[in-house]
Amino acid sequence: MVKDKQAISYGVVLFQSISSALRAEKLLKKVGIAYKLIPVPRHLSSDCGVCIRFLTENESQIKKALAGKVEIQSFCPLLLSP
Amino acid sequence: MKESDFIYLDNAASSWPKPDATWQAMEHFMRNIGANPGRSGHRLSIEAGRILMETRDALAELFGAEDPLRICFTRNATESLNLAICGILQPGDHCITSSMEHNSVMRPLRSLEKKGLEVTVVPCSSKGELDPQVLEKAIKANTSLIVITHASNVTGTLTPVNEVAKIARKHGVLFCIDAAQTAGAYPIAVEEMQIDLLAFTGHKALYGPQGIGGLYVGKGLEKELEPLMQGGTGSRSEFQEQPDFLPDKYESGTPNTVGIAGLGAGVRFILSQGVAQIRAKEQELTRLLIEGLQSIPGVCVYGSRDAERQVAIVSFAIRDLSPSEITMELDEEFAIMSRPGLHCAPAAHQTIGTFPQGTVRLSAGFFTTEEEIALALEAVGKIAARSRKKGIAHCTGG
Repeated sequence: MVKDKQAISYGVVLFQSISSALRAEKLLKKVGIAYKLIPVPRHLSSDCGVCIRFLTENESQIKKALAGKVEIQSFCPLLLSP
Repeated sequence: MKESDFIYLDNAASSWPKPDATWQAMEHFMRNIGANPGRSGHRLSIEAGRILMETRDALAELFGAEDPLRICFTRNATESLNLAICGILQPGDHCITSSMEHNSVMRPLRSLEKKGLEVTVVPCSSKGELDPQVLEKAIKANTSLIVITHASNVTGTLTPVNEVAKIARKHGVLFCIDAAQTAGAYPIAVEEMQIDLLAFTGHKALYGPQGIGGLYVGKGLEKELEPLMQGGTGSRSEFQEQPDFLPDKYESGTPNTVGIAGLGAGVRFILSQGVAQIRAKEQELTRLLIEGLQSIPGVCVYGSRDAERQVAIVSFAIRDLSPSEITMELDEEFAIMSRPGLHCAPAAHQTIGTFPQGTVRLSAGFFTTEEEIALALEAVGKIAARSRKKGIAHCTGG
């Protein structure tokens, strides 16, 4: 249980299309990394309206799971507004 | 699962029955999901998007393709072939095809011919067989595409696509196969076989519904292949230009999601049975059919007459009877479904010598039984016997 939401640090993976986002979801499910499909935050621009949110501490694991297997637009930190 | 008062031997036109999973997947989508895949961010839209992804994955596995995003959905094999042919070829190019092709290949080619495309139709034998060496001799400097059927929809004759692919690769020519009659019924491995473009349809041996098909687009070809349609893709929405990546480049507008759901279930059914097992069963049914038909006096069987060299399609004729008469009697008297005429492949009938009258085509599927084949042979025997009493004439071809 977390009292302070700002203590959790998230990042997002942006994709060029939903096909890539769903492909990535499947790959992450396969290796058992926690993720969530969310609408792309307002301040970020993306070719596809859905992105994958992850815990920052898992970023290198995620990069490894997706590398070379799916087209990625970019990785961005997700800054939660106070 | 299969309860009917009839014997369905027209699987080459459309397969029946389908596995229960096929229509169940379609019902599930329509009742419980229904949304437009990948457009809206809500859970139903994402769930619909997952259906597309799972179906692409299953097809990629079936066809031996590493990247499922190279499977682009179309309405049917005809659309896929039009996309491949019209998307690659330019005036001044040269295209090679065979004399056994379906009109979904010949009509676009003949139309482009009027606009400056050079077309060579490599003649096949009277059994419908293609000699790859003859094809190789037709290649020239401006040859940019070879389009060949994997198996004839008239005689079932299999084309030696492995050899043709090697020849195409050797000369730097793109190779497209029409897998309408082989996808799901015969082993295909696009990367291993070095096939650049593979056109398939969902409603035949893939056991999906009508209205869905696809084109496998080989690595890098999206740079050369023009789409047939352009429009909304749910991606790069700030731009008024079509995306250049797969599959979006070739998938504009709302897809046939319910059809894709059915197709996914059909393909998973095939993967669970195994293509080799399906092929073995259909080959045996075809062998029984060929041997049985050949033993009936007055019946002429076309093609290689060797179940190993063809898919589960057999064309035959009975002397003194037209194909339409025969199929009508088969239907009305014996409740057997078959297809008469030219099968949308006039070139093939010209090749085997049955133009313009055509043939009767019987095509078994995975759910066809040996008993049904026996009943069909009995029916053809009776029809032929009646015809024999009328007069003597020789049947042509083959």
